[in-house]
Amino acid sequence: MKWLLPSLLLLPPTLAGAADFGVNATDYDGAAWSPYIVGAGIGLLSWLTFYFADKAIGASSFYATLAGFLGKLVARKHTESLKYFQTNPPRVDWGFVFVTCAILGGFIAAWTGGEIRNEWLHPMWVDRFGDSIALRGIIGFAGGVLMAFGARLAGGCTSGHGISGTLQLNAGSWLTVICMFISGIAAAMLLYTVL
Amino acid sequence: MIDPGKAVKEPSEPPKGAVSGAKLVSAILFGLGFGFLLQKGGVGKYNVLLGQLLLQDFTVAKIMMTAIVVGMIGVFTLHHFGKANLHLQPTKIGPQTIGGLLFGAGFALIAYCPGTGAAALGQGSWDVLFGIAGLIAGSYLYAELSGWLKQTVEKWGDKGKVLLPDLLHIPRGAFVPGFALLLLAALFVMDRFAAR
Repeated sequence: MKWLLPSLLLLPPTLAGAADFGVNATDYDGAAWSPYIVGAGIGLLSWLTFYFADKAIGASSFYATLAGFLGKLVARKHTESLKYFQTNPPRVDWGFVFVTCAILGGFIAAWTGGEIRNEWLHPMWVDRFGDSIALRGIIGFAGGVLMAFGARLAGGCTSGHGISGTLQLNAGSWLTVICMFISGIAAAMLLYTVL
Repeated sequence: MIDPGKAVKEPSEPPKGAVSGAKLVSAILFGLGFGFLLQKGGVGKYNVLLGQLLLQDFTVAKIMMTAIVVGMIGVFTLHHFGKANLHLQPTKIGPQTIGGLLFGAGFALIAYCPGTGAAALGQGSWDVLFGIAGLIAGSYLYAELSGWLKQTVEKWGDKGKVLLPDLLHIPRGAFVPGFALLLLAALFVMDRFAAR
């Protein structure tokens, strides 16, 4: 374990540039703000949520809450009988408001920065996989199902485990996020090699 | 097992019930800030996220590691002085390994994750809507199986609340600065050698 973390952290830069995959993802003007400014900002935001709200930042439960609301509309009794919704009844709670406002925050940032995209397919996707919205839809939906199932099983996502859990040095969060990236890197490379 | 929260008061309330008052204001402001930062950082964009998984663009890793360094120092300082509770989930080797691996496979397909997906929706990257539909369906699928999962997979390798410093038998006060330096070194390497 002592050597595992440092070596995993150094692995990606070692591999960088070694492979091609028929795309150049860095062919853009760069983000509006430096990743270090944004990262420090998110770190500071964590102090504030811990101090003022007694909460850790997380995102994935928002979608489970939505699933609960929709489930109750369609099949109320059945949804309420499920173990997860008994322990986590769908409510407009802190995390739900937080993510809803994150959508608005993303809009404000894009709007003020002249980065509103209003597009169904990203050019990098079109270059590699063509302009079928249906194909993107199938792949995106399947990805969402796997992602949410995995997040619930692991107890969090790239926010809840990947930022909040890791910054608290939670062993399980480091395990989860390392598994997420090992599998994500392997799957992305496979997707861009095979498809 | 150790109880990392023993130094301060117990978490004030279970995360249930509708939100109101000052908590509601904090959720609104901090949520706006989170989405704003993610979009400004470029991590609401398909190419940046896939670029990370293809190891071409290290924006995501840079943001996450910087957030961890800054967040860790602040949160542990607040915790040390009794000004904040830690919010730790138990370490469960089985479900976290399987869940993490499933999440990663989905990550490669959808590109947006639950947080950056919110920023992507805000900036009008409409393909995220397919992913959001999948996230809702996948959450319901999990709930559907949750009774069984809690009796089986989620009991595999349950270690309780474990912090890295405790696991490595290093005092917390020494681990935090040491680990911050290690992450800063990784950031320096990325900044030096990665194209982005």
